[in-house]
Amino acid sequence: MLGLEKKDTSLLIIVAILTMFAPFILNPFPEGSALAQFNAGYPDLMQRFVIFGIFAIGFNILFGLTGYLSFGHAAFLGIGSYSAVWMFKLLGYNIIPGIVLSVITSGLFALLIGYISLRRSGIYFSILTLAFAQMSFALAYSVLTPLTNGETGLQVYNSDPQYFHSENMPNIPHLFGAKMQGTYSLEMGPWSFDFNTGYYLCAIIMLGMFYLAIRIFRSPFGLMLKAIKTNQTRMNYTGLNPRPYTLAAFVISGMYAGLAGGLMASMDPLAGAERMQWTASGEVVLMTILGGAGTLIGPVLGAGFIKYFENIFSKINDTVLHQWFAFLPDGMENFVITIIHPFVGKGWHLTLGLLFMAVVIFLPGGLVEGGQRITAALRRRAGRSGRSGDDASSTDTTPAE
Amino acid sequence: MGILEIKNVGKRFGGLQALGDVNLSVAENTVHAIIGPNGAGKSTLLNCLVGKLIPDTGSVTFQGQSLLGRKPYEINQMGVSRVFQTPEIFSDLTVFENVMIPCFAHRDGAYKLNGINPVRSQNDIKEMAEAILNDVNMIDKRNMVASSMSRGDKRRLEMAMCLVQEPKLLLLDEPTAGMARADTNNTIDLLKEIKEKRDITMAIIEHDMHVVFSLAERITVLAQGTPLVEDTPENIKGHPKVREAYLGEAQV
Repeated sequence: MLGLEKKDTSLLIIVAILTMFAPFILNPFPEGSALAQFNAGYPDLMQRFVIFGIFAIGFNILFGLTGYLSFGHAAFLGIGSYSAVWMFKLLGYNIIPGIVLSVITSGLFALLIGYISLRRSGIYFSILTLAFAQMSFALAYSVLTPLTNGETGLQVYNSDPQYFHSENMPNIPHLFGAKMQGTYSLEMGPWSFDFNTGYYLCAIIMLGMFYLAIRIFRSPFGLMLKAIKTNQTRMNYTGLNPRPYTLAAFVISGMYAGLAGGLMASMDPLAGAERMQWTASGEVVLMTILGGAGTLIGPVLGAGFIKYFENIFSKINDTVLHQWFAFLPDGMENFVITIIHPFVGKGWHLTLGLLFMAVVIFLPGGLVEGGQRITAALRRRAGRSGRSGDDASSTDTTPAE
Repeated sequence: MGILEIKNVGKRFGGLQALGDVNLSVAENTVHAIIGPNGAGKSTLLNCLVGKLIPDTGSVTFQGQSLLGRKPYEINQMGVSRVFQTPEIFSDLTVFENVMIPCFAHRDGAYKLNGINPVRSQNDIKEMAEAILNDVNMIDKRNMVASSMSRGDKRRLEMAMCLVQEPKLLLLDEPTAGMARADTNNTIDLLKEIKEKRDITMAIIEHDMHVVFSLAERITVLAQGTPLVEDTPENIKGHPKVREAYLGEAQV
């Protein structure tokens, strides 16, 4: 279907189902229950899941396929956000021009930065991209204040021209009148599910981008990128010029990042320089490696995983812990909480760091490899107990790529 | 006038004169071996031909066109392929993918984006790749990951990758280095077969005299950066200068 192999089609369908039903899937616990803490189905977070999913999918086209590790991709994210906000300021709150411009400008910047950085490979390439991103960050923070509004961040003011803004259009980002912040809440007994326009727009765009990534992975171009990762010498002596291939991959991934930035600004019309900081660049590297670099679904999983941690674990404070462990005797309760305390709340980075280390050491292929191993183990067990092959394959919910 | 003309080529590395004044002509459709003791400058000469090194002096022309200053991929696109001493293959990819990549290079040139149509829809490429894998008897290994194969098979694969581009000149850098006797003989047979089937010129750098004398039609002996003798294998075998260079025998 859609020019994809059967395996890829089913992967795409699984991702489509997961994203479309995310408001249900992410809100499994009834409102007000002790576990409601772990619900992630609120619009803000869901938007971030898919936007960072786009960012990581794009990053994976560069890092996963060619092996070139860019430490400056957040710069494109920031550039995308600034472009989108400028469109809001000049033209009005319809998000289409903003998103289009964010992709174009980030593509142009990627072309420039890639052209220079790709003269080197390995660690030198990483350092060059890092330098560029930090330069962009510093410029956005200081010298380019007229363009970026410096520390305050770029936002839309009432005095802005907004040439195409009309009275009957909402005064927040919208798509031909449909407000991005518009949310429909479905109450089902104790459960509550939020359906947010912005989320669904981002999710549909992410599906499109995911589909495009699959096509790139399976195309001759994708094959060449994999070849570059494996052996550039042979590439050269096979009559192929690696440079344009890597540059194209760099620009494509830069445009993905720009799109993510544009969408971010469309959800919340604000762009700050901190979006370009090196920690943001490092985050997408973590997402890709944690999920599984070079796999199709890995970056999306990694993005979801990290964003979930950042937003859910960071909210577990001592009060919440006391609620959970209230059943323990007093001394025990305090003891357990003292032990758990550094890992949750503000300490969520510690948990994430430990998890990241565990994944890199024990599952170099990321979460995807973990899924594959579990599937393989289940298959073996199913095979041993003499069940039919159909049963075994029905456990195969984690796609190979 | 040969297909490959090397004239007065010299190359220095600091104080070391790697190549003195090399003149060499490789005639079309022959197998030309370049032999010589370690440090004779064989590999340096080869690197000067493929664009990895630029000689300090002299000229290198292929079919009348200069090769100097061209990038390796440009030289390859002109019809010069190289087999390395340690096989340079795409070790993370499967055998079939390995062979498809040069097929694309042959069809599309040095760069073509080609980012949307899937690889599996490229039937002409698949046929080309299958044909060459049949030629080198590797079709049953098509789905193996290249890094998991034996050295002999890697070499075979590398050869297939070079041949599928239909090069006019194939440069082989010690094609049997580090191989078991049986693998060496297989490689010799393979090269003979290749030579019979197509119009191809081969330049072989080799240590193993067994290989050289079973393949070469012309032999150049290199010593200390300069060619000592160039002759047919029969004449080289008993040549006193060659014995001297190789064995250090005093001339009688």
